[in-house]
Amino acid sequence: MARITKEERKQGIITAALQLFSERGFYITTIPDIAQKVGMSVGNFYNYFNSKDVLAKELIIYISEYLGQSIREINEEDISTEQKIHKIVSMYFAMAQEKPEMIEYFLRVYLSNREVFSDGCEGMICVSPFVTEMMIFFNDGVEKNELHNQDFFSAFGLFMGYLGGMVFLFGEKILPEPLDSYKDSISQNIYNALKTRD
Amino acid sequence: MPLKQETKPKLLWLQGVTCNGNTHSFLNLSSIEILLEQFELLYLPAFATQYSYEEILTCKLSCDVLIFEGTYDPLLERGGVLVDKLLQHYAKDAKYIIAAGTCASFGGMFEEVHPERNSGLLFKKAKSVTHFEKYKGKIINLSGCPIHPEWMGYTLEMILQNKEILLDELHRPKELYGYLSHHGCTRNEYFEWKVDAKNFGTKEGCLFYEQGCRAPMTHASCNKILWNEVSSKTRIGTPCFGCTESDFPRKNLFTTKTNMSIPQDIPVGVPKRSYLTMAGIAKTFHIKRLEDKLIDYKTTH
Repeated sequence: MARITKEERKQGIITAALQLFSERGFYITTIPDIAQKVGMSVGNFYNYFNSKDVLAKELIIYISEYLGQSIREINEEDISTEQKIHKIVSMYFAMAQEKPEMIEYFLRVYLSNREVFSDGCEGMICVSPFVTEMMIFFNDGVEKNELHNQDFFSAFGLFMGYLGGMVFLFGEKILPEPLDSYKDSISQNIYNALKTRD
Repeated sequence: MPLKQETKPKLLWLQGVTCNGNTHSFLNLSSIEILLEQFELLYLPAFATQYSYEEILTCKLSCDVLIFEGTYDPLLERGGVLVDKLLQHYAKDAKYIIAAGTCASFGGMFEEVHPERNSGLLFKKAKSVTHFEKYKGKIINLSGCPIHPEWMGYTLEMILQNKEILLDELHRPKELYGYLSHHGCTRNEYFEWKVDAKNFGTKEGCLFYEQGCRAPMTHASCNKILWNEVSSKTRIGTPCFGCTESDFPRKNLFTTKTNMSIPQDIPVGVPKRSYLTMAGIAKTFHIKRLEDKLIDYKTTH
């Protein structure tokens, strides 16, 4: 059997921690809980992450890079901004269903426990890969004259706040229909709100 | 081609469509007298010279260094003679041809009057034109609106000393245009930390984010070789207009073009993603010293 590399071990901790943090909450989850889920000793865990706070920051960077890379692939496609919006919405909803722990972590841990991230993870530092890619998306849309030129955060809040809200409703099992059934209407709403105005 | 050392090289300054701004700017060169003493001055506007303009028009003389100021208009006449005819005659024997200013280099401001026919000597914006192509090897572009007096001084001095002048793709001396106008700007710390200048003429803040500053995209040494040996546009709180670049003049010079708050043009050679990453992170931090007025800054805390 192939030996598990250090990188694979680290990846295992990230996956386990994401699940535990998003299911149980950040403060309730302990390092022994995570170590147990991965099947390693607590002592060995510290070879990978110095503390729970360090792990928490690594996780948000990991999610941000994953999201950023996914949006980058869409940004680099030769398609209209309207189609890109649809793809970003689809990607985000797929992630919410296939990797719910990532979105859950973002919404329930990162956004709700700011004190954990106040030193070394403030502002754009840990979410830069994701936000940068959204900047590229908006910039390209305006350059192609397909999006209305406005303040970045006004547009960003409208786009990501909407998606975050829908995924939250989905997570709370409030949505009467499957999440995917909202893709088209939500994409259309976002496009209508952001598109070039006559 | 080296100039003969035993006689003074002959200098001639001709003009196309121009505001005379380059002539006026050149007059500010502090070493102008020493420099020009080393030339035989055939004709220079605003100078007492050996020949009158009428004598120049006869096309019976020749020069070693030809300076041309202004946009090239093939139909322009001066003193009843086509400037094109003068240029073709004097360019033939000249060892060096200096296009003084952005108009002569790329067409500039007066290219816009007759865009269908006006241009610089070698370029129309950044595109090559053919009128003087056969003299390409001896044309040096000194773009700028107007030309920096020291840049003309440097070029003439290099010619006098028979030193090779390395040129960039747009025929500008690399020693002068290898820099960005941003280099040496006293506002660089504000640029690094993304602290905007909210007004013109302030000591504090960077002019890149809102006030239209083109310095990080402009090849020029204005903040290395200061104007009148004391200052530059950005130092006194006015944005760089990018006047040395082939796309000058641009519109809305006092406003930074942004797409959803993101600068459309970013520093030369920096990928947009890299720039946005750096800028976003830098903006996260608030450095109080940079947000306060310099005059209120206390050196002890």
